[in-house]
Amino acid sequence: MNPVPQPFGLLAEVTHQCPLHCVYCSNPLALRDRDDELTTGDWLRVIGEAAALGVVQVHFSGGEPLVRGDLETLVAECRRRGLYTNLITSGLGLTESRARSLVAAGLNSAQLSIQGDAAESTDLVAASRRFDKKEEAARIIRESGLPLNMNVVLHRLNLSRLDAIIDVCVAWGAERLELANTQYYGWALRNRDLLMPSRAQLDEAVGVYERRKAELGEHMELLWILPDYYERYPKPCMGGWAQTALTVAPDGMVYPCPVAAEITTMEFVSVRDHDLEWIWSKSEAFEAFRGTEWMADPCRSCPRKETDFGGCRCQAFALTGDPARTDPVCVHSPDHHLIQDALARANRADVGEGGEPDREKLVYRRPRAPVRR
Amino acid sequence: MMDESELTAVPKLATKAMLRHDSVRDVELLLLPERVVLLNKSGAAILGLCDGSRTVQDVIAQLEHDFDAADLANDVMTFLKDARGRGWVVVT
Repeated sequence: MNPVPQPFGLLAEVTHQCPLHCVYCSNPLALRDRDDELTTGDWLRVIGEAAALGVVQVHFSGGEPLVRGDLETLVAECRRRGLYTNLITSGLGLTESRARSLVAAGLNSAQLSIQGDAAESTDLVAASRRFDKKEEAARIIRESGLPLNMNVVLHRLNLSRLDAIIDVCVAWGAERLELANTQYYGWALRNRDLLMPSRAQLDEAVGVYERRKAELGEHMELLWILPDYYERYPKPCMGGWAQTALTVAPDGMVYPCPVAAEITTMEFVSVRDHDLEWIWSKSEAFEAFRGTEWMADPCRSCPRKETDFGGCRCQAFALTGDPARTDPVCVHSPDHHLIQDALARANRADVGEGGEPDREKLVYRRPRAPVRR
Repeated sequence: MMDESELTAVPKLATKAMLRHDSVRDVELLLLPERVVLLNKSGAAILGLCDGSRTVQDVIAQLEHDFDAADLANDVMTFLKDARGRGWVVVT
């Protein structure tokens, strides 16, 4: 048996509360209430246990992590233990004084999301009218001395605006921009037919990405997160199950990846019941898909099994109901038709691209309120 | 070949970057927003001296002293050029 790997990163989802209502939200379908959230004391313990386990980077996310008033306390604890901290934020709620106190606590970096290049896109995708707040947040992040990293999720409704999106990030002073093609889990899977780009749309966007990357050079780093449905082979998700990182959800549940809560057939464990070391190295869920022993064919006999690790367990479960199957993205998967069917629908000649027409059909992440009209 | 201005430049670790000794793995790491870089001993030693108070010439002299070595100039300058290109180090 191989030795248990040591994780480098902790994704600390400190809350599910969020001012945005994104149609591709990656949080689980069932969000946790504030009443269920870990306390400050719980998080301080988790940070200590994570550091002992080998974690060197903590990414504070959510929901919107700024909703937590104790974020500074958690950041300061990370700094005290020599851990690098990164704030993943929508920018809503980031004031100058908040940024100052986070930097004073030791925050190392911030990542700001946008949904598109203009206010309409935030409204369409996230049902929020606060694009102005995002521009302000970008300024606040830069002026606080933090590096500004930005992220935009790409899909059928905004891919044609890629050039303009990159322009916005350049204008706002980003050092790095992640162009994250939508991954289809949770909310995004529900909205898949409306979000999936056509092949032509994607090819055009790849051209834009490559041209701008060459033009920008070292001025701004551009990263392209592959749209895996259009790939021949699956993504080596998380560098393999329970290998390099772990996620602690607002209620203390621990997952090998941010969307694994969706695998409802597996028993995950909370930091309220066990310490992180035990969960990482001994719990059944973390051991289930470590390495390659669990694989069946076509993965077991595949020369790529150490390259992509059979793809994403969450995607296998979401599409087939069995997390141990080969990721259907793989051309060798017996379930590959599930991907091809979705692509065939996205590439039908009579389906429009971009713009407003599909708005009425989008399902917004609004757990306790009626769907927006 | 190097010119005088390269030796008098003052390198400083980028704000976004953090150097640390990882006591769990017993290795030297450079931490960046979305990346962890495993450094070799000399890389860690060079970056550890890029605190904005020393010129490149000072960094070289310090390393030659610490490692009891001579002629480190080329290696250090090659490393710093690469580190600057990767955004780990800024030069003033």
